[in-house]
Amino acid sequence: MSNQIPFVDYLVLGDHPHLVANECTACGARFFDRRNACAGCSGTEFRKADVATDGEIMSFTIVTFAAPGVPVPFVSAIVNCQGTSVRGNIINVEPSPESVTMGQKVTLATYPLGADENGVEAIGFGFQPA
Amino acid sequence: MSDDVWILGIYMTKFGKYPDRDTVDLAAEAVLAALKDGGVSMKDMGVLAAGCLMDAPGIAQRIQKQIGQTGIPAYNVSNACATGATALKTAIMTVKSGEADFGLAVGVEKLAGAGLLGGAGKSGKAGASWEPQGRFGEVMETEGRIGTSGMPGTFAQIGMEYLHTYGATDFDVFAKISEKNHFHSTLNPLAAYTKAMSLDQIKNDIMIAYPNTRPMCSANCDGAAAAVVVSDAKLKTLSLEQQRRAIKVSASVLTTDPYEEACQVLPNVNTLTRNAAKIAYERAGIGPEDLDLVELHDCFATAELVHYDNLMLCEEGGAVDFFESGATWRTGKTPVNVSGGLQSKGHPIAATGIANIWEICHHLRGEAGPRQIEGAKVGLAHVIGLGSACGIHVLERSGL
Ligand SMILES: [Zn+2]
Repeated sequence: MSNQIPFVDYLVLGDHPHLVANECTACGARFFDRRNACAGCSGTEFRKADVATDGEIMSFTIVTFAAPGVPVPFVSAIVNCQGTSVRGNIINVEPSPESVTMGQKVTLATYPLGADENGVEAIGFGFQPA
Repeated sequence: MSDDVWILGIYMTKFGKYPDRDTVDLAAEAVLAALKDGGVSMKDMGVLAAGCLMDAPGIAQRIQKQIGQTGIPAYNVSNACATGATALKTAIMTVKSGEADFGLAVGVEKLAGAGLLGGAGKSGKAGASWEPQGRFGEVMETEGRIGTSGMPGTFAQIGMEYLHTYGATDFDVFAKISEKNHFHSTLNPLAAYTKAMSLDQIKNDIMIAYPNTRPMCSANCDGAAAAVVVSDAKLKTLSLEQQRRAIKVSASVLTTDPYEEACQVLPNVNTLTRNAAKIAYERAGIGPEDLDLVELHDCFATAELVHYDNLMLCEEGGAVDFFESGATWRTGKTPVNVSGGLQSKGHPIAATGIANIWEICHHLRGEAGPRQIEGAKVGLAHVIGLGSACGIHVLERSGL
């Protein structure tokens, strides 16, 4: 595994790739970024919480026009992973309105994003149809 | 005597392309014309609040240097798409506090030819070793790889989420909203675009972020808008004509988004708008059913739909039926965006939050010409900036 790096801190690689959130111990609010305190209750204690890898599409769009360097088209979605909302691409589908549906069941998947000069491969995540 | 604050003078430039004029030129045109409209001068002003999102800081002082360095306090305001509304509220608060009798607010932007907003980001360092950066520890640009945080895609998802929540499946409603606003703009000579577009034309135009095609996105353009506000006591010392044309600010409200699950994953533009609307209606003693016209923040066609609901123009979950009833066309029960809205009138960001107030005032004064909403007494202007900030102003004609 030493030759792989997760695309973001909150992606855990290994045999069972999954996302991990900073969960406020006081109110249970979950965040994916580095925290100073909780946006919900201002609490300052957090624990790591594994996020479910299966969920359903609450909303999506297909971005076909973006800033230079952003690979288009791509399907962006908000996925409700058993109560935790996650933003991510829908992958391994045609980026067309016919291929993605609201409420669709999806599951987390990882894919390679390329290697750096040391041969370390960055691994990204998305959601694919369950 | 009350602590009411009134809009005494107001002006918007034509929105469009001004290759030979800079932001100070446009702002100066708006300010000088707003002062003239109110029958006052720069010497009367006790405070200046100015916004320009894309310029370097200091637009207020740069404007002063061209039209009047009177030594008054100046606020440089920046609050995303709510910048103009925030500048106006700053002037209103100063007058309300008693620190000044007259206040001036101006918003200006040059955006003609600008690309997508909020879509650009850092690029990955190809070849070098991966280095986690930022609050997510990302090793390369997240846009396009972890969904989108660009404006078109974000607002597309906001509209789609609304349809999903309330079980609607016909995505054509968004294009139909755009058809309405483009039609409305044919009556507005100050709009950046004044051509009607058919439903097919809109749907078949370039797709930006499904379901929003290009005409369903706010139009980048140049423009400025300015307003002069005055205290109730001072207004009573002015001419009858000034008092007759003055527009009462019945509510001036600014909110941000309270924490809710998912709001840091997909910005929640609903709760802060609903909160602002509730406060505004309560302060004004006016309900949504009393509104003769509304200018709301249709930065994308998908946004207009959700704000029908957020502003409580319809019952909860009923935005699609409300629109399909024809209520928001200029001939309907609650005309929305008779100016053409951001999709057709244009969206020079910092100007927008004052330009929408100009539109409402124009109707309440009975000066809107061919697009006049007959007998308009009460109107509401709404803006929202992602981040987020929501500004709502409820306006009433003087009745004199
Ligand atoms: Zn908390």
